[in-house]
Amino acid sequence: MALGGTSEHILRPARVSTVAASFAIALLLNFLPWKDLRLVPDFVALVLTFWCVRQPRLVGLGVAWGVGLLVDAGNGVLLGQHALAYSALAFISIWLSRRILWFGPVLQAAHVAIILAVAQTLVLVVRIAAGDPFPGWAIYVSPLAGALLWPIVSWLLVLPQRRLEREQTI
Amino acid sequence: MEHTPPPFFKRGPAPLVRLFFFASLSLALLVLDARFRYTEGLRSVLALAAYPLQRAATAPIDFLRTVGDYFSTQAQLFEDNATLRAKNLALSQAAQRYETAEAEAAQLRRLIGAGEKLAVKSTPAEILYAGRDPYSHKIFINLGERQGVKPGSPVADEAGVVGQVTRVHPLVSEVTLVTDQDHVVPVQVVRNGLRAIAFGGGPSGMLELRFTAGNAEIQNGDRLVTSGIDGIYPAGLPVATVVRIERDAEHSFARVICRPVAGVDRGRFVLVLSDETARPPRPEEAQSGKERRSEKARRARTKERDG
Repeated sequence: MALGGTSEHILRPARVSTVAASFAIALLLNFLPWKDLRLVPDFVALVLTFWCVRQPRLVGLGVAWGVGLLVDAGNGVLLGQHALAYSALAFISIWLSRRILWFGPVLQAAHVAIILAVAQTLVLVVRIAAGDPFPGWAIYVSPLAGALLWPIVSWLLVLPQRRLEREQTI
Repeated sequence: MEHTPPPFFKRGPAPLVRLFFFASLSLALLVLDARFRYTEGLRSVLALAAYPLQRAATAPIDFLRTVGDYFSTQAQLFEDNATLRAKNLALSQAAQRYETAEAEAAQLRRLIGAGEKLAVKSTPAEILYAGRDPYSHKIFINLGERQGVKPGSPVADEAGVVGQVTRVHPLVSEVTLVTDQDHVVPVQVVRNGLRAIAFGGGPSGMLELRFTAGNAEIQNGDRLVTSGIDGIYPAGLPVATVVRIERDAEHSFARVICRPVAGVDRGRFVLVLSDETARPPRPEEAQSGKERRSEKARRARTKERDG
């Protein structure tokens, strides 16, 4: 392989089944009975960011909106709050997709932290407009925790697209 | 890096247009849901789609619990058995006394001509998970429309009121806890019968009695039970204990903080109560001004005609 470096592997195209499975696992992780929800990263948002950055043509605003509705109904919250937040998240991720992949893991995570925080803020604004009390600044721990998980999540999600070393040298 | 060829022609509408479209769709849904509650059908379909994932998410916890149960020691089981037997004895005695008291009360009610009180039916349910929403206090239970749960049913545990069923899906139901900011229970102080209204305290996990007069006779440690005048909660269920009272001469109302007695944030099993007490219909609402005026005019006309 002429290009050599690990990030320069030629990847297989992402399969739709991989995307669907990753969303299912993320939803499952979200539905686990967590103790304090404000400190737990939003796995669905994280996976959505990943696919919007890597495959903006496959996963876009429509998918984000649908997944958001599913999260809303599953959590029994206002229908549309996550749909709105995830659409905005998908838009920002697609917009920054060409930029983010140039950085190393740490700076990528920093970008992701900002994207997740924007989505969280949108949910916060919607809920406060609907008359709910402010739940405390602890809700911003969740986007930070998500950003910390970013390198692991992106490594895991690229895994099914990797070719074998032998295949690449042919 | 990926070797999909870039499609030059088919790209669809511009991203900003798409964002605008989906954002306005979401906002429309939000308004429909929050203001008019028109979206319940769509919500139950989506909830049904999410149900297998939710069940799968609780499965590992259930599995760990089963494994834990399997390895519980014999000594522990003996001890549990002994405590339960002692408790059962005490409770059966109380139940006997309760039965005679209830018969007596029913007889007295018949004597004074008051309506008969029907027994409250209770169905045990398991808490599936707490709602993933830091803004509200809700739990989900494993009974739904199929099992006959109705929206509005009160939910209690062995210690007292936990909350109220607010939304019923086919297989699960959503219970709003008494500590939720939008939840209200009419209560009564056990010591002196003073009536008050307990509002959920939101993030604090406490309850607050609003609109109690500054000089109301209420003390720290007072126990509050449901008063039953709302027609939803059966009377006499324990709700909370008063923990703090702030009386301020500047305000006409006292600030009374209470701690819920039920395990609203712990425990695994709850009871869904269905109270089918025959109640007299509510009196009609006062007529609006316009109708009243027209009625007045009609009456004036008939008077003219008659006189």
